[in-house]
Amino acid sequence: MRATLERASPARIGRQTSRPQLVKAGVTAAILLFVLLALPQLMSLYYVDTMTQVAVYSMVTLALGLLVGRVGLVSLGQVAVLAIGAWVAARLLFATSQPYPLVLLEAGLITMVGGVLIGLPALRLRGLYLALITLMFAGAITVVLATVNFPNGGHGFTGYNGSLLHIPPIRRPSIAASDPAYFRYSVIVAILMFALVLAHIKTKPGRAWAAIRQSEPAALAAGINTWLYKLWAFALAAFITGVAGGVLAGAVHYLYSIDFPTQDSITLLAVTLMGGVYSLWGAVIAALLSQFLPALLNNWGVSADWLIILFGLGVLQVLTTAPAGLVDQVPRDLARLGRFLRGRLKPGSTG
Amino acid sequence: MIEVDGLTVRYGGVTSLDAMSLTFDQGTCGLIGPNGAGKTTFFNVLSGFVRPAAGTVRAFGVDLLSMAHFRRARWGVRRTFQTEQAIEELSVFDNVAMVHEHSRLGGASRRRDVLDAIAFTGIDAAPEAKVGTLGAGQRRLVEVARAVVGRPHLVLLDEPAAGLPEEETSHLAEVIRGIPEHTGALAILVDHDMSLVSACCATTAVLDFGRLIASGPTAAVLRDDAVIRAYLGVA
Repeated sequence: MRATLERASPARIGRQTSRPQLVKAGVTAAILLFVLLALPQLMSLYYVDTMTQVAVYSMVTLALGLLVGRVGLVSLGQVAVLAIGAWVAARLLFATSQPYPLVLLEAGLITMVGGVLIGLPALRLRGLYLALITLMFAGAITVVLATVNFPNGGHGFTGYNGSLLHIPPIRRPSIAASDPAYFRYSVIVAILMFALVLAHIKTKPGRAWAAIRQSEPAALAAGINTWLYKLWAFALAAFITGVAGGVLAGAVHYLYSIDFPTQDSITLLAVTLMGGVYSLWGAVIAALLSQFLPALLNNWGVSADWLIILFGLGVLQVLTTAPAGLVDQVPRDLARLGRFLRGRLKPGSTG
Repeated sequence: MIEVDGLTVRYGGVTSLDAMSLTFDQGTCGLIGPNGAGKTTFFNVLSGFVRPAAGTVRAFGVDLLSMAHFRRARWGVRRTFQTEQAIEELSVFDNVAMVHEHSRLGGASRRRDVLDAIAFTGIDAAPEAKVGTLGAGQRRLVEVARAVVGRPHLVLLDEPAAGLPEEETSHLAEVIRGIPEHTGALAILVDHDMSLVSACCATTAVLDFGRLIASGPTAAVLRDDAVIRAYLGVA
């Protein structure tokens, strides 16, 4: 025991960076550089647009993974939160000439306020009941959006004019007007959101969330104001999803309420669980599953509707064999396969 | 010092604590009784998880019941749980630091205090080890380290030795005995292991069906006829 403590001096614990951590950081940096610099050059515009959607939805699944995986709050209303972010950003982009980053920040903050207002009463509930409330909220937003419509350059609070003949596109930042440039822009915003979450989970809120997820009584007994920290998680998730909505507005140029169906929130939860809710990479895998896979199937002439069946089976598979998701399962199973093959190929082995 | 006066807890028609009054002065005090006697309910009242129907609790001159549950922990009510609740996802260090960072103590002494609590409990694992990788005995010690870090006033230990082998129980007894001197807190131990209670507690109170049936020096209490009757169920 003494030896253990001497090894781990007070100054080092919690601050030291181990070799595997450095390797992980290096690999992450290499992947990000490849995505930012090389990927847009290697893909057709169809896939550049698809990968922009992946960047947007990685923020949405990041926020959902934060709620489900870190705090244990199941939300079935994330697509509605995304729609709010997109609506606010579109309205601001049409009404003002503010810089794009400022609009994204405002969209995030306004969505966060909305998220907190919904979260306040909902946080008295957990599990199935919270999921039901958030699903009903998503349904309500869908109805409201179908009535109010997304801004299309009109005047008034809604910014919608149904009789416009020429609908102007939602603007993009001047430095990212082209599709490849906007893809890079989206990835950078996503990186910032991932960094924001990482900064939370590695510090005081992350520890509090871990305690709340495992045992609320234990968290309370540790002096954690569980209500505040749950609300904090809700607010952060809404902020990130709101920012994602802002990025989405510029990506697609035109927004329609039909693009945000209530049931998409359920599919998003399914892919988020499949990707893995305990790892940030899980959010990226989830976004690839929900955006890249349908685009790939469409390109091959296969209906993306089949994915609902695949996601259903995928969630079943993940929940029964790998609760930490594909991000944990695939490397583990590949390592197992490697060991198996090495064993079979070893000289002298039989069978 | 803790003074409990007329504490009553009811769950529907069941009276779990019935006008319980007792005073624990200092050191490590035992609280024993058969299953369902109200021991954990008493801890839950002190932690703020259960609201009593009547009664008062003063700890070191402070009216405990007027504080919100998480504020009691910040003030210095610490506890372990019957079913151990060390946070698996966090390291040993973070489990203990989590309590410290939500206390009234500043960050300047955090590392020192956390490592001191880990050393005091004798956890045989690196502070950066994930709690999910530890055995039951070590996880129990992590819970105890969480309860003693910083400056606790009350340390409530709810069957900390449940399911532990003899060797680990004797180590735990040594730790529990040292809590008052190490932290200045009053420790209250609930356990069914009479040898552990005898080894750790100078004074002990006995609950039966929510009522206090005996209180005093541990050896005398364990010889008390009413206590023997309560445990053996003899009329």
